[in-house]
Amino acid sequence: MAVITMREALNQALAEEMQRDENVFLMGEEVAAYQGAYKVSKGLLEKFGDKRVIDSPITELGFAGLGVGAAMVGLRPVIEFMTFNFSILATDQIINSAAKMLYMSGGQFNIPIVFRGPNGSAYQVSSQHSQALESWFAHFPGIKVVMPSTPADAKGLLKSSIRDDDPVIFLEQERMYGMKGEVPDGEDFTVPLGVADVKREGTDCTIVARSLAVPLALKAAEELEKQNVSVEVIDPRTIRPLDIETIINSVKKTNRVVIAEESHPFCGVAAEISAQIMERAFDHLDAPVKRLSGVDVPMPYARNLERLALPDVDKIVAAVREVSYM
Amino acid sequence: MSELKVIPLRPRGGGTGAAGAGLAEAEATDEINASEMRREHEDRLHRQEELIEKIEPAKLIEMLYQMILIRRFEEKAAEAYTLGKIGGFCHLYIGQEAVAVGSIAALRPDDYVMTSYRDHGHAIARGTSPDEVMAELFGRAGGCSAGKGGSMHLFDRDTNFLGGHAIVGGQIPLATGVAFASKYKGTGQVSVVYFGEAAVNQGVFHESLNMAQLWKLPCVYVCENNQYGMGTSLARAMSQQDVSQKACAYGLASEFVDGMDVLAVYDATCRAAERARKESLPSLLEVRTYRFMGHSMSDPGNYRTRAEIEKHQERDPVKVLAASLKNKGIADDAKIKEIEDRVRTEVERAVKFADESPEPAPEELFTHVYANPINVTGKP
Repeated sequence: MAVITMREALNQALAEEMQRDENVFLMGEEVAAYQGAYKVSKGLLEKFGDKRVIDSPITELGFAGLGVGAAMVGLRPVIEFMTFNFSILATDQIINSAAKMLYMSGGQFNIPIVFRGPNGSAYQVSSQHSQALESWFAHFPGIKVVMPSTPADAKGLLKSSIRDDDPVIFLEQERMYGMKGEVPDGEDFTVPLGVADVKREGTDCTIVARSLAVPLALKAAEELEKQNVSVEVIDPRTIRPLDIETIINSVKKTNRVVIAEESHPFCGVAAEISAQIMERAFDHLDAPVKRLSGVDVPMPYARNLERLALPDVDKIVAAVREVSYM
Repeated sequence: MSELKVIPLRPRGGGTGAAGAGLAEAEATDEINASEMRREHEDRLHRQEELIEKIEPAKLIEMLYQMILIRRFEEKAAEAYTLGKIGGFCHLYIGQEAVAVGSIAALRPDDYVMTSYRDHGHAIARGTSPDEVMAELFGRAGGCSAGKGGSMHLFDRDTNFLGGHAIVGGQIPLATGVAFASKYKGTGQVSVVYFGEAAVNQGVFHESLNMAQLWKLPCVYVCENNQYGMGTSLARAMSQQDVSQKACAYGLASEFVDGMDVLAVYDATCRAAERARKESLPSLLEVRTYRFMGHSMSDPGNYRTRAEIEKHQERDPVKVLAASLKNKGIADDAKIKEIEDRVRTEVERAVKFADESPEPAPEELFTHVYANPINVTGKP
């Protein structure tokens, strides 16, 4: 297994899937000549040419809709948002067109498309460039929402997303592009959608974490081990469909749960997971489910305030101690 | 401070052939001048008769039949709506039939057609059976979208009819993407998309035209300018009301077309489709038309006068073509009656089919959400 960065893993996934299927193309702002704002698409223009790696104008609603239309008639577009902040302009086409086309056409037109790009907090870019939108997209039936937390998952899940016959929102994390990890060799490696991964086994408390919160949760688990608390870390990897069974099974074992996330708490993914745990494992809980979300304010610019707005290792440790009545 | 420069507009239809040439503008709110209307009507009739000679008689009869079929279908839909057989919104195409019929007649069977929520006419003109369209309006399993789309979301994969779309302007980038796919695959298929003039005020219209010309996509943008966005007249909603001129901003070819003349629409679409197919270039057609009914079945219509509607009904596209065909000796009264009889039978059959089609089974609620539904069972 090679050790590569998240960025390289995503790049490999794109290259391999474009090689495998001529109907796959990549479109977005600065994906071709500039090699990608975050260099995820580095080298792809040279490899596949400008027919398949296409720089778009800054016209998010337009090229999102173009992608959905191309998907209606047999192409498999990968549409990159330079960041998901800009996808907000494109939500009409994602939600009203991509998510609903199969249903409202009575099963005639499925939309095999991937919308991908960085989501969540970045470094000191303030409110409009630093937000996590997964709960928005996960709200709608018809869409799948994927959030990898390791290079291996990033590669395997992106390959599965491109091969999937439904619209997939694939949420990367800007702060994680440089993160390194082992990635299995071979073009056949994929990670199935809808399957959670136990990132660390434990017996005393479950932390459900996704994306950037996963490495934080793993560090918190190490810290808590020193305090004799055995933590299990579960990464759902796919937000919709959600592998709730794996979470429930863990809760039945540990009887305590913390859900860590970057996004805002109100109507968020943690709220949904929390509700499902209450519905399905209420009798197994020894403490109320604890949500540790990003603070319920727009993201501030100042470094100290930004730090206060996000989950970190200390906050996760404190949350686990709280549900453990320590 | 220097004065603003006003760039003079190119005259409408200049140099675009008989169909688009020199059509007088008729503002929706103009005072009605009967003799002027009559003269214009005669002028246009004359132009239509010139075009007739270029088109095969069988094709002309087919266009008349399709327009009458859509007209009678829509009248029946209105009746069914008042009887409560059709729910929700129901946007009728009466008055605009020449646009869908004329343009679709210019296409190949494998070309793609996409439109807005006012979609019954386009689906029928494209070849979806009126039975399946009516059943869809009735919300039945036999509908062309299995009863899940309704009036605003007719779809038919068999005829490459890619749907009615109900967010104003939403279909414009979709059709642009369909054209992108045609070019990508090199199939020579043309993508034709219809939208009202109110959609021109949506940003995505401009985004799409920019991409289409930038990437030379084989897409024909047909603006059905019926002069009202719901109850708001064009004059109250658009700062520069010459829709065809908006193409200039993106370097697109454009034409202004008389939408009450099915042959003018056919002729202009032939040119635009050829430009798309042979040169892989997009076009914008502004087709001036008029809806004789309200925006939807629930529209009281008090934003325009009866006299204004009657003025436009003088140029009812069905009557105009029937008169031309009679003048040219292509169809006589007996032939037209034969078409009417055939249409009556078909529309009655459509209602019967829709009435007898079952409601979707309750389990259909959960089908077609995902093409690849993932059964999440988790790991042990």
